[in-house]
Amino acid sequence: MRKVVFKGTLLPLLLIAPQIVITVVFFYWPASQAVWQSFLIQDAFGTTTEFVWLENYQVLFKDPGYYNAMGVTAVFSIAVAVLSLGLALLLAVMADKQIKGAGFYKTMLMWPYAVAPAIAGVLWLFMFQPSLGVLAQVLRGWGLDWNPLLNGRHAMILVIMAAAWKQISYNFLFFLAGLQSIPKSLIEAAAIDGAGPRRRFWTVIFPLLSPTAFFLLVVNIVYVFFDTFGIIDAVTHGGPAKATETMVYKVFQDGRLGGDLGGSNAQSVILMALVIALTAIQFKYIERRVHY
Amino acid sequence: MVEQRPLSKFVAHAILVAGIVIVAFPVYLTLIASTHEPADIVNGTMGLLPGHMGVTHYFDALFSGTKQIKSTPVLQMMGNSLVMALVIAIGKIAISIISAYAVVFFRFPFRMFFFWTIFVTLMLPVEVRIYPTYKVVADLGLLNTYAGLTIPLIASATATLLFRQFFLTIPDELVEAAQIDGAGPMKFFRDIVLPLSLTNIAALFVILFIYGWNQYLWPLLITTDSGMDTIVYGIRRMIVTSDANTDWHIVMATTMLAMLPPVFVVVVMQRLFVKGLVDTEK
Repeated sequence: MRKVVFKGTLLPLLLIAPQIVITVVFFYWPASQAVWQSFLIQDAFGTTTEFVWLENYQVLFKDPGYYNAMGVTAVFSIAVAVLSLGLALLLAVMADKQIKGAGFYKTMLMWPYAVAPAIAGVLWLFMFQPSLGVLAQVLRGWGLDWNPLLNGRHAMILVIMAAAWKQISYNFLFFLAGLQSIPKSLIEAAAIDGAGPRRRFWTVIFPLLSPTAFFLLVVNIVYVFFDTFGIIDAVTHGGPAKATETMVYKVFQDGRLGGDLGGSNAQSVILMALVIALTAIQFKYIERRVHY
Repeated sequence: MVEQRPLSKFVAHAILVAGIVIVAFPVYLTLIASTHEPADIVNGTMGLLPGHMGVTHYFDALFSGTKQIKSTPVLQMMGNSLVMALVIAIGKIAISIISAYAVVFFRFPFRMFFFWTIFVTLMLPVEVRIYPTYKVVADLGLLNTYAGLTIPLIASATATLLFRQFFLTIPDELVEAAQIDGAGPMKFFRDIVLPLSLTNIAALFVILFIYGWNQYLWPLLITTDSGMDTIVYGIRRMIVTSDANTDWHIVMATTMLAMLPPVFVVVVMQRLFVKGLVDTEK
């Protein structure tokens, strides 16, 4: 809290106004509309609207398609988080050793952060496109009938790889920063006590890194939930047969092609609740880190 | 100093090189494909070495786009992306820095209420309110305009919080000294606060430029006129399921061009990028 401030009421109100106006018009108004419309059902021609309380939600929770989307999202998030966190941790531990060229390695590993998810999807689609992809040919050479355009499991593997690839750089940078903030004296003390590199990692480094790991886990889940929309849309469109339709993609599909705005908004509201829960968890954790 | 085993260093180099190869391979392959004859790509006979069509393909992509599926010239799409990225980055920084300045350096009615109003939006990505937001933009008549593409994405709790955090570290003595010298709030902002914030602004700019350039869902909703396509979204329109109709050589050149500006920014402004990344995630 500042003790010394400037006088005036009109000026600060004018300064804060643009932010508030945009926030209200493009955040609060649409968010409240989403909540309101999730209680409404519109007929096919959009002429009459009926207030139906929770019917949209009831329909949603009876819809096997919604459970499918939840399952897809769960598998997708867990696979991407495990894959990209694991690889990033391995690379960060290696880059943290006092080796020559550490700066060069860091540069070479961080740039995929700048690649748009949709573009990452195109890169991976091209490698694994069944008829012309270079790596798809290798898989076929091994006798595997690889076809992500028809096989749901293959499509899922493809989007997981693209999403994890893009996220490695982010996780790598945070793990590396976390590793570098661990006091060297702690590791030296463990070494003097006779702990070998493996033991030092699991008993000293890893526990001290766990706040970073937890933070990254939340960030990765949020990333998979929302930012991977571009990957799904560019690579699979949620198919084949909805095998890669995540919850966010379903909000988009139901509202657009199905024209089921009530249902789409009910899904939006559920997602909002999920994001708020995730953010709350993250804040609680950050509070802990400050006292840590 | 902890003991270093020679073998462990060798393993570290080997793993890092393998990591770089995995990370770079998709892009390398795309670069190679962009230089080969379309037939070689479609038949899968292009191999792993560069072809000789690079200049032609990039020229075609930039000035005419794909032919089989008519697309906007890539140069025009890059222009749209550049406008979008710059307006979002500069706009976000501008409105966040003045609102943070108001919250920190003044006392006015409902100050904390306004602060929390901004703060709560931290939790609401566009993706959770797709159609209602679309409707607002449509009602305001902003579909297929730069304003519709950028303004809704300009409000940012993250940037406001970041500036607030930084402003709180400016010592009271500095404000007092300025007041004694007769400087008003706007002069203090221009001559003291703004220069002090330059590093923060630059770091934030790097992150927000990438954020703006890489938008996908928003252009997908707001633009129906292909002349307004951004490159990241426009590339999606170039790819069709029946791959005989996809001009893969142009798509690959476009992919490279879509990555170029943001990757360039990250590599050249590495220090600012890392600072921005860490700052915005606090």
